[in-house]
Amino acid sequence: MGHVLLKLDDLSCERDDRALFSGLNFNCLSGDIIQVEGPNGSGKTTLLRILSGLYQNYEGQVIWNEQSISSQLSTYQSELLMIGHKSPIRTDLSAIENLRFLIGIKQRVEDQKLFSALEKVGLYGYEDTLCRNLSAGQQRRVNLARMYISSSKLWILDEVFTAIDKSGVVQFESLLAKKSLEGVTIILTTHHQLAIDSRKLSLGFAGQRAQS
Amino acid sequence: MTSNSQTLLGCLRHLFLREILVAARNQQALVNPLIFFSIVIILFPLGISPEPSFLKTASVGLIWVSALLAMMLSLDNLFQRDFDNGTLEQLLMSGQPLYLIILTKVLVHWLLTGLPLVLISPLFAVMLHIDAEHLSVMLLTLIIGTPVITLVGGIGAALTVSLRSGGILVSLLVLPLTIPVLIFGSGTVQAYMDGLAISGHLAIMGMLLALSLTLAPFAIAEALKMSVSN
Repeated sequence: MGHVLLKLDDLSCERDDRALFSGLNFNCLSGDIIQVEGPNGSGKTTLLRILSGLYQNYEGQVIWNEQSISSQLSTYQSELLMIGHKSPIRTDLSAIENLRFLIGIKQRVEDQKLFSALEKVGLYGYEDTLCRNLSAGQQRRVNLARMYISSSKLWILDEVFTAIDKSGVVQFESLLAKKSLEGVTIILTTHHQLAIDSRKLSLGFAGQRAQS
Repeated sequence: MTSNSQTLLGCLRHLFLREILVAARNQQALVNPLIFFSIVIILFPLGISPEPSFLKTASVGLIWVSALLAMMLSLDNLFQRDFDNGTLEQLLMSGQPLYLIILTKVLVHWLLTGLPLVLISPLFAVMLHIDAEHLSVMLLTLIIGTPVITLVGGIGAALTVSLRSGGILVSLLVLPLTIPVLIFGSGTVQAYMDGLAISGHLAIMGMLLALSLTLAPFAIAEALKMSVSN
């Protein structure tokens, strides 16, 4: 196995007087696929937002390159692919325009690759269609097309398979498996049964009252 | 570092082009402030007095107040939709200096809402009997003053972006902060009309612009980070 890419060190988080999780320790090795599990409200999204550096209100540390991510936030985030459960898709832009922007703020890429990524997610012929004329699943596919282009070594995916059809999920899973072999670390939440090997990180203290 | 990570200029260019494109697809939002501005100015003489001597004294203040209010109305568009659909998160995670990202976004907003107001104002200046020689000073103060309104207004918009009904709150938060711009903006032109020196007035307006250009983007960035982390 690869080296430790991301280390969760004694992570605790409380929201609205509820302890979501406490004393969480976990090592993410390079090439790992880690599925964060737990019932609704157990803090999966919060955990992923902490790992993306978007949510700061926690105790403990997330260690990346031997340092806490909060001390090197912009370097860390520039090497991260984060796909949240909201689709950052402007409905008045076309599929290719949305993708060009979402990728373009992160990495250099030729239009050629953008078009081929859209083709891979099944949107061939829809490149110049305004996203408001695409279905919910197709809009999500525009967002997920980033996975075919991204050169990030750490992916954080929050409920990305929502509204994706069965064959689409199979296709994205095989992409994840392939990327993991290339050394990309993938942390994801999903309510789908994953067909690929993954390590589990279980959160299960939903609703526990924090001791006060 | 991966070899194909985006340069700062590349990132800003993508953001700039996208903002322009979004605006081009939402022309209604671009025209609204202009219509509001025009209606207020056109109704004013009808409602009060079309007397040229009266209009001459009231006109500059009228144009300034209308411009301020029209720009307030457009602030809702600044961050709301990008916040709602998660684009803002992606921008905050681009790894590039937030100051420049925010500055780009806000300046594009000014280019599309503030600048058209400045450009259309000579038309109304003629209608309100402002002399040609005073017109250039009025334009100068508008050019300096309107970016300040957008930048300061951006702070309010960023603070209230996660609230369901931030609209009126933004105005309450921001209007007091923009009063100096209003006072010195119309005051400069008034002083010039009275034959007084205006370099002092202009220096103060320049200071307001310099301060808001350097400080407001930091405040906006922090406010957005706070809004996004909820």
